[in-house]
Amino acid sequence: MKNVIVASNLQKHYGDFHALKGVSFAIREGECFGLLGHNGAGKSTTMKMIYGLSTVEEGSLTIFDQHISLTPPEIKHRLGVVPQEDNLDPDLPVLENLEVYAGLFGVSRREARESSLAMLSFMGLESKEQSSVDTLSGGQKRRLIIARALLNQPQLLILDEPTTGLDPQGRHLVWQKLRALKSEGVTLILTTHYMEEAAQLCDRLIIMHEGLVLTEGTPVELVCAHVLSHVIEIRSPLDTIPDDINEKVRQFGGETLQVMDGLFLYANDGKALWQKIGEWGLPQHSCFLRRSTLEDVFLKLTGRGTEP
Amino acid sequence: MSGAIRVLKRHWRVFVRTWRHNLMYNVAEPLLYLAAMGFGLGALVQQIDGMTYLQFLAPGMVALSAMYSATFECTYGTFLRLYYQKTLQAILAGPVTVQDIVLGELLYGTFKSVLFGTVILVVVALLGQIPSPIALLIPLFLFLPGALFSILAVAYTGAIKNIEYLNYYITLVIMPFFLFGGLYFPVSTLPGWVQQLNWLNPLFHSVEVCRALSAGHPSSRLWFHVFVLLLMLLALLPLPLRFMRKRLIS
Repeated sequence: MKNVIVASNLQKHYGDFHALKGVSFAIREGECFGLLGHNGAGKSTTMKMIYGLSTVEEGSLTIFDQHISLTPPEIKHRLGVVPQEDNLDPDLPVLENLEVYAGLFGVSRREARESSLAMLSFMGLESKEQSSVDTLSGGQKRRLIIARALLNQPQLLILDEPTTGLDPQGRHLVWQKLRALKSEGVTLILTTHYMEEAAQLCDRLIIMHEGLVLTEGTPVELVCAHVLSHVIEIRSPLDTIPDDINEKVRQFGGETLQVMDGLFLYANDGKALWQKIGEWGLPQHSCFLRRSTLEDVFLKLTGRGTEP
Repeated sequence: MSGAIRVLKRHWRVFVRTWRHNLMYNVAEPLLYLAAMGFGLGALVQQIDGMTYLQFLAPGMVALSAMYSATFECTYGTFLRLYYQKTLQAILAGPVTVQDIVLGELLYGTFKSVLFGTVILVVVALLGQIPSPIALLIPLFLFLPGALFSILAVAYTGAIKNIEYLNYYITLVIMPFFLFGGLYFPVSTLPGWVQQLNWLNPLFHSVEVCRALSAGHPSSRLWFHVFVLLLMLLALLPLPLRFMRKRLIS
């Protein structure tokens, strides 16, 4: 399949801070590609390089088969950008925010109005046409920014934390819209802090940490590759957990992971482990058994969880 | 350039929504100066260079309004769009360059400068303080100082990081321009070294030209002022682009 973006060994310094230390990935046409990582992992820097707010310092970046150091307007013509920050234009009401942005793409006033109205209705904001941007809720603002990013019918949509701050309904609405776009063949690049979001939307993803790519794959591949299939979360203070628990889990064929002040026990046979923990002196009412998810992979790889 | 025009269309839409308030503060201030100085000092001063004091003062107010309009749009206005509203970053994600954005700011500042300078010109003309029809050339001339004050303001705004620093610009740059620029008294009354420094004062050149056109005394000397303004403009033009690029592109 054709690659839309190829990044190889991208590097970036901000003063003394080494923001990207050699980031490589390739994004295929029509897929949803995720960038996961903590704040400061290098996700936004990578995104800004793609949409032209940051220069490529070292390494190479190819977008639509064009080698770039700073993304030129011809390429930005084919991109849609949902930045992390809310940068709607507070000097203009909702509809004009979109019309002005559509105008940047050189379309006529009439076309700008038509596409703006279409996108307002696509994102469920018809009733807000004449509202001031300041009166919108956080979720409505986010939806308006997504509407703005879609005005030029982009081939590649860049979403930097598109659902941060949204309520569950708002988040599901955005997910549905993004799936609809993907089914139309739009390539999506997404950063998020929500592992559930990544698992729901992304075909493939990378986990970034301190300017490096730690791993790459589909959500299912990553879970299989990095953690055992089930996990028991122990929700009682660490000092009430018997000291030899790590040893016992290991003998059972499992793994443990300390996450902040809690302990996670992993095993492929979750039910068998569940039966055991009572014997090991752990009250089941303060434990919780579930399937392992991308979140477990993330915690394990990015070091917020530590293996004892 | 077409990119800059598309950016300017954004500013135009905002202007259409806000021009009434703009008119208020861009026009009221010069007229207040005119009234206070005209009535107050005008009672003491009989004639300057063959003009009544009000006739002497009126073209200065045109130049002052033009300077203020460009300056406030391209300091506080640009700063808000850059740091608080992030409007410029939003525009830059579209198919434009930093140069388009900077040109858009400069064109908007210049437009407001010419417009509000002309509004004052119309008002003082209606008050009968503009003796010569040659004053019709003033709006055309105002493009030059308008662009220059916009360039200065965007360059300074791009160079600073804190909105408090804009006060330094207003107090230490714009205030001396207007206190020593020969608006309220002929510069010939100033000490020699201040007169020399005034060659660096764009408002001084602007006032000289506006006053001569208003009085109907165009002379080849005016080309010299125009030439100095043009020289400053060309010399400073790279600065706003350089500073704003640093702010917008990491």
